[in-house]
Amino acid sequence: MSKRTIIPFGPQHPVLPEPIHLDLIVEDEKVVEAVPSIGFIHRGLEKLVDKRDFLDYVFVAERICGICSFTHGMSYCIAVEEVMNLPVPERALALRTFWAEIGRIHSHLLWLGLMADAFGFESLFMHTWRLREKVLDIYEETTGGRVIFNVCKPGGIRRDVTDEKMRDYAKVLNDLEPEIREINNVFMNDKTVHHRMCGVGVLSAADALKLGCVGPVLRATGVAQDMRHLNYAWYSQVNWKPATRTAGDCQARCEVRIDEIYQAIDIVRQIAGKMPAGEIACKVPGTPNGEYFVRTEQPRGEAVYYIKANGARNLVRFRIRTPTFANIPALVKALQGCDLADVPVLALTIDPCISCTER
Amino acid sequence: MRENQTTETVTPADLVGKVREFADANWRLVQICVTRLPEGFELNYTFDKEYAFRNLRLSIPVEVPVLPSVSGVYWNAFLYENEMHDLFGITFEGLVLDFKGTLYKTAKPFAFNEIPVACAAKSAPANPAAPAAG
Repeated sequence: MSKRTIIPFGPQHPVLPEPIHLDLIVEDEKVVEAVPSIGFIHRGLEKLVDKRDFLDYVFVAERICGICSFTHGMSYCIAVEEVMNLPVPERALALRTFWAEIGRIHSHLLWLGLMADAFGFESLFMHTWRLREKVLDIYEETTGGRVIFNVCKPGGIRRDVTDEKMRDYAKVLNDLEPEIREINNVFMNDKTVHHRMCGVGVLSAADALKLGCVGPVLRATGVAQDMRHLNYAWYSQVNWKPATRTAGDCQARCEVRIDEIYQAIDIVRQIAGKMPAGEIACKVPGTPNGEYFVRTEQPRGEAVYYIKANGARNLVRFRIRTPTFANIPALVKALQGCDLADVPVLALTIDPCISCTER
Repeated sequence: MRENQTTETVTPADLVGKVREFADANWRLVQICVTRLPEGFELNYTFDKEYAFRNLRLSIPVEVPVLPSVSGVYWNAFLYENEMHDLFGITFEGLVLDFKGTLYKTAKPFAFNEIPVACAAKSAPANPAAPAAG
């Protein structure tokens, strides 16, 4: 029997933008077990509902994460609106969907860049992030921010975008699409990329469901589950279908995200072509009393937001189950049996967002 | 569009059996969360199957915060249960991967185990007597 060695991976590691630690138990070069540790940046943001009025808490919710910040704010607002039964104007719903999809494009381009960096393709990393800048410019022009946006509020949104501007942004993305296809061609077809990702970290559909996987990690196993099907925001008004692959490996997870970039561009195009007229917010009378679970599809997968209120200005409970939290057990299982050299790439393919996870 | 969400109340003794029924029928464990209420802890175990949403709910007293772990049924529950232990002080018996209080290294032990301000405000007198003048 080979000698077992424990190799610490993280919390600081070149492929990890945020801290997570894995104790890798290896025999020779094979990982036989992985034990995860989180908790390095736990902030207790959920408990801040005790300190903030329910209308103000949206500013805290957005700050849970710097990548999916828009979706956090939007989902919190949806939870409050569902409990209070607020008639959110359609124009606000359309713009929320627009910003959510812009966020999906920028998040997936960010991930593709990180992935290129992880397998040592520096120029691909730089090109990917160069394109991402143009997407962030749309966020900046429409919200005033590139990381934190503060455009969502219970009852609607704070800023409008003219129909003409919406068509301009659709054109920006139309022009960007061929450039994205050019870099994605490398991820899809390059032999050296395939060498690092094909057949690595394979999960079956049955295992993925059993382990509670969500998002591109689940869809890469062939399960076409995407919470946008629940028709929150304005998703009932646009045509799309979940991107899937069946191989369940790192390459499949990468390809699902690439498909979702094109899909998001198409959704933005559809929204820009039929923006509903009208108000962008409704009044919020009184205080919430009740409870609701909201499920939305972040770039990393299904996120669950639970609020419970009793009619006071503060909520009784706000709880988020983020997609990375759901995908960590699957990562631990997928690491078993992989080569030590594949661990960085494999860990990155769940697109870990530790800020979200730690809240 | 509001999702149809059904909630079924269970007792701690029935919990593992009920969770096993979900697992046997291939439901996905979506999340587990706990809410601290004045009368105790309220836990929600949420499951999904092809977008159907079902919830198991149970309550336990603050004085005896002990529950059987469901990580033997859904292995991924270990993360939720360790979190609930570290933030609320609930003990899960039979955890498959027990971090023994080190998942979240909070400065204050069981930092979320306080009655929420919203509940404290509700239980306070509506019009407290004004302080005597002078």
